[in-house]
This record gives sequence, C-alpha cells and structure tokens, in this order.
Amino acid sequence: MKLLVPVKRVIDYNVKPRVKADGSGVDLSNVKMSMNPFDEIAVEEAIRLKEKGVATEIVAVSVGPAKAQETLRTALAMGADRAILIESDAEVEPLAVAKLLAKVAAEETPGMVILGKQAIDDDSNQTGQMLAALLGWSQGTFASKVEVSGDAVAVTREVDGGLETVNLKLPAIVTTDLRLNEPRYASLPNIMKAKSKPLAQKKPEDYGVDIAPRHTTLKVEEPPKRSAGIKVADVDELVAKMKALGVAA
Amino acid sequence: MKTLVWVEHEGGALKDATLAAVTAASKLGEVHLLVAGAGVAGVAAEAAKIAGVGKVHVADDAAYDHALAENVAPLIVELMGHHDAFVAPATSNGKNIAPRVAALLDVMQLSDILSVESADTFTRPTYAGNAIATVKTSDAKLVITVRGTAFEKAAKDGGSGSIEAVSSTGDKGLSSFAGAEIAKLERPELTSAKVIVSGGRALKDGPTFEATIFPLADKLGAAVGASRAAVDAGYVPNDYQVGQTGKIVAPEVYVAVGISGAIQHLAGMKDSKTIIAINKDEDAPIFQVADIGLVGDLFKIVPELTEKL
Ligand SMILES: Cc1cc2nc3c(=O)[nH]c(=O)nc-3n(C[C@H](O)[C@H](O)[C@H](O)COP(=O)(O)OP(=O)(O)OC[C@H]3O[C@@H](n4cnc5c(N)ncnc54)[C@H](O)[C@@H]3O)c2cc1C
Ligand SMILES: Nc1ncnc2c1ncn2[C@@H]1O[C@H](COP(=O)(O)O)[C@@H](O)[C@H]1O
Repeated sequence: MKLLVPVKRVIDYNVKPRVKADGSGVDLSNVKMSMNPFDEIAVEEAIRLKEKGVATEIVAVSVGPAKAQETLRTALAMGADRAILIESDAEVEPLAVAKLLAKVAAEETPGMVILGKQAIDDDSNQTGQMLAALLGWSQGTFASKVEVSGDAVAVTREVDGGLETVNLKLPAIVTTDLRLNEPRYASLPNIMKAKSKPLAQKKPEDYGVDIAPRHTTLKVEEPPKRSAGIKVADVDELVAKMKALGVAA
Repeated sequence: MKTLVWVEHEGGALKDATLAAVTAASKLGEVHLLVAGAGVAGVAAEAAKIAGVGKVHVADDAAYDHALAENVAPLIVELMGHHDAFVAPATSNGKNIAPRVAALLDVMQLSDILSVESADTFTRPTYAGNAIATVKTSDAKLVITVRGTAFEKAAKDGGSGSIEAVSSTGDKGLSSFAGAEIAKLERPELTSAKVIVSGGRALKDGPTFEATIFPLADKLGAAVGASRAAVDAGYVPNDYQVGQTGKIVAPEVYVAVGISGAIQHLAGMKDSKTIIAINKDEDAPIFQVADIGLVGDLFKIVPELTEKL
C-alpha cells in the first residue's frame, strides 16, 4: 500500500520562542526551522513499514511557504519516495490543511496517512482527526505501536491512564506519539540522492480548497513570568520551607 | 448560547476533567451534557447533579463504549443541530473526539483554551505555552477543548438537570476496542493532585526511580510524575509524563528531582503554585522557574529529605 505522510515546517524544538514586542506573533526571523518532531516520527514509521514490505511507496506532503521544500527534502533524504508541496505564504489553519490533505488522499488513494499528533508551533492537535472525519476513515491517534495485518491495523495509543489498543479498518489515519520510534538521521549519500527525487509543486487553488482562516489572532503575549526564587543551603532548610508551605507535617 | 459538554467517565464514574469543562461552558451560556457509553445510567444521574447543568442527554449503546471517536462524533454532530457550542475537556479522549466533530461541522477547533474572553474570543497556549494567543473565531458554531488547570471545577452537587435519552447513531464499523493496559494508581492522579513529585533522567533506571521518588511521594501524599527522558528510558510508564505533549499539571507544590527544565517540560508544570527543584547543576534552567531550589546530589538529598519530613 501507499503511505501519505504530511510534514510541517516549524520552529526547531531547541529554540526558545520569543514573542514580538508588538504582540503580533512569535518572532521567526533568523530562527532555526525544522521538521515538526512528531512528523519525523511519522516519516520514520512509514519507512519502517516499507522496509517490512507492508508499504510500497511513501509520499510526503507539506502545506507551507516555498521553504517547506527543505522539510520535504529532509523527508526524502530519510527515505520517502516523492513529495508534494502545496505552497502558501499565508498561514493555513488545521481545518484547511485537512481539506487539502483530503484532496491529495483522494488522488493518491493511500492505505494509511500517518501524521504527527501535534505541531509544536500551534499545538492544535487536530489535523489528523479532522482528516479522518473528512474522509470518513478510522483514526488511531497518539500511536505508540502500529501493526498492519491484512485490511486492518492495530494501533496502540498513549492515553491518560496508560495504553489502549484499537483495531482499525483500512484505510486509516494514524497520528504519532513520541515513543512510536526513534527517527533516523539522513546519511550524506541519501541527502544527495534526495535532491533528485520528485517534488511536485502545487497551490491550494489547484485543489479548489478555500483556505480563508476562520480564526483571527487578536494578540499574542508572553505568559506571566515566573521569577527565580531562593536557593536553600541544605535539607534542613528545605524541610522548614516545606513545613511552612503546609506540605509536610 | 446553548453548549453541549461531553462527559468523560470511566468505570461507571464521572471524571473530574469534565467539571472544568462545565465551568468553561457556563461562561458561554446554558450548559447541557452528553453522557455516551454502555450502561451509563449511573453516570447520567451523577452528571445531572453537577451545579448549573440543564439537560443531560444520555446515549446508552455499546457503540459508545470506550469513547471511539468514529462512533461518538456522529452522535455529537446530530445533537449540535440544536446547540451552539461543543465543549470537551482537553484529555486524551477529548482531544481524540473534538476535532472529528469540528471537521464534520466545518468548524476550526479552539484547542486547549485558557479563558473565555467573550462569546467568540478565547485565549489558548501556543509554542509550548511560551506564547498565549487571544483568538477570535468567525465560525457560527464553536468546538472547544478546555485546559483543566485553567478553570475551577464546577461543584459536583447542587444541580438538578433533567435526563433525556437520545437514540443511538449506531456503530459505524470503522474501529473497535481491542484492549488496554491501564495502570492501577496507588497514588493520587497527576492532573488532580495537590502535590507532585517528578523525576527525570538522573534517576538512572526503573528500580532506582521507584526506590528514590516513591517514598518521598508517599510521605507527601503526592502523585508521581516524570520527564520525557525518564519515560523514554522506561523508568516509568507513559502516563507519568508531564509536559507540552504529556500531562498539564498545576498542583500546589511541584517537586522536580533531577529534571533539567527543558521548555517542553516547563510547558506542563510552570503554572504550579510553588515549584521546588533539586538538581546538582546550579545552572539548570529549572532553577529559573523554581521558588525553592536545592543544589546537590539527589541521591543524597532525597533520602535525607524523605527521612526528615
Ligand atoms: C516534540 C517534543 C516533545 C517533548 N515533550 C516533552 C514533554 O511533554 N515532557 C518532557 O519532560 N519533555 C519533553 N520533551 C523532551 C525535552 O526536550 C527534554 O529532553 C526532557 O524534558 C529532558 O528530561 P530530563 O530533564 O529528565 O533530562 P536531562 O535534560 O538529561 O536532565 C537531567 C538533569 O538531572 C540532573 N542530574 C543528573 N544527576 C543528578 C544527581 N545525581 N543529582 C541531582 N541532579 C542530577 C542534571 O544536572 C540535569 O539537569 C519533548 C521533546 C520534543 C522534541
Ligand atoms: N501545514 C502543514 N503541512 C503538512 N502537514 C501538516 C501541516 N499542519 C499540520 N500538519 C500535520 O498535522 C499534524 C498535527 O498538526 P496540528 O493539528 O496543527 O497540531 C502535524 O504533525 C502534521 O503531520
């Protein structure tokens, strides 16, 4: 089966985001950008399914600015076979991304779409579930294990109380959690090879999808700052402080 | 505005996360509840007693057992014919179901809200809580998930909602529940605990984590949490993880032991009332948010602390 893997270009997870002084957003100029970490896990999972002989082809898709090509090249260097960039300079909300992905899925007819559970910039955690709704497919969110057998897939999910396994009819949507796998680094030869893998360039209009935003961000602020407190010298002093807080008898 | 709150329940009992969602919904208008599941008459009766609740819609069907989104979402969509907002707690179940509802209604979801500013404007955390966005929606209907630590819990009694059965939208045949490994908690639940003791990578391995952190937690009647590094290394199960992509907590006291304080970890605990950090590195970022810090070797400090408390 074919696998579709949506990947988003986001601020690198090691960078501490800085809110712009005018409250209009987060300052992304001269900031390192990378593939959303959960999407790396999604790409890795797709590659492993191909290595196991379950999947035959991996198509990476990104919705974003021209620079999102770099993110797609990373996916290709890891092992994806081809890529589709749906270029938009405007920010595209999860609902519109899901609509675009639904169109791509209709064209490509994948057996599974593997997404990240959450983009670490908008922290929405909704695109995968929305895509499942639009396609009328099953969904295995927050996956820590994915096992395909025949026309079904068993997905073990990280839930509040522990782990849960669901059986899903294929085609299905899977969203990745942190412990699904450890993504590989692309080797230098593979990075070179990725440069010649096919990357199709599209626009939202090509799919006839209205990407007009439904949300308007009125302002963006820093959270209330916590200031560093005091350091105590030893355990006795800590015990005294904890007693004062009422946490210890 | 008429709101519909999805009631989370487990083992025949209502889950506390629902109560914060009710409070958020009550800021928008009339609160109706949806209890969906198999054999949920008891949960419905409990839900009807929540303060301020109007109607309780009850859908009792095996198809709704285990809260499978494929089956529950169509039911909610049907009820949204006569409600203006759907509200769910931002728990793993809430996060699984709500966006499926939103897309079926052609609505952008407002994820993890921190406050209700007005009927169409909300605040929500982005960038691991480093940027709080005030967002106004233009959608006719609202779909919202609620951060539990940001709203008071509605009172569990005092209400007298009317209970109304709704007919099932059936099993869509897309998914089925196969099993679960739900840890039996001997300690308070992370998201509702007053005190939390969390351990990080420094705890070495599972047995060392248990031998070091558990006695201190038990002394304090605390829940136990962990950093991602501790969970990834298998010291404790995944449901212990606190952070951007784990559980969001805000206890009275949070004790971070051998945790460096990466932004993804801070995202899950920096709204705690008092933060205590124990770390051997005096420059560890955790000390920038800690109210009380003690620099030193945790393997010396923690046993001594447990002993002296
Ligand atoms: C997409 C993504 C999501 C993430 N989500 C989360 C999340 O939800 N939650 C989370 O926690 N992390 C998350 N992380 C991981 C995060 O970036 C950090 O890697 C992680 O929090 C580090 O865990 P730690 O502090 O236990 O380990 P380290 O950073 O290795 O820190 C260990 C600390 O222990 C101290 N130490 C060592 N030995 C001793 C000793 N004997 N006595 C006292 N102190 C000692 C060290 O000084 C150090 O500060 C995420 C990362 C990514 C990319
Ligand atoms: N612009 C985008 N391009 C490609 N994939 C995306 C995009 N936005 C979101 N996704 C996918 O949807 C997942 C969840 O994102 P979100 O719902 O925004 O938290 C991400 O991990 C990606 O797999």
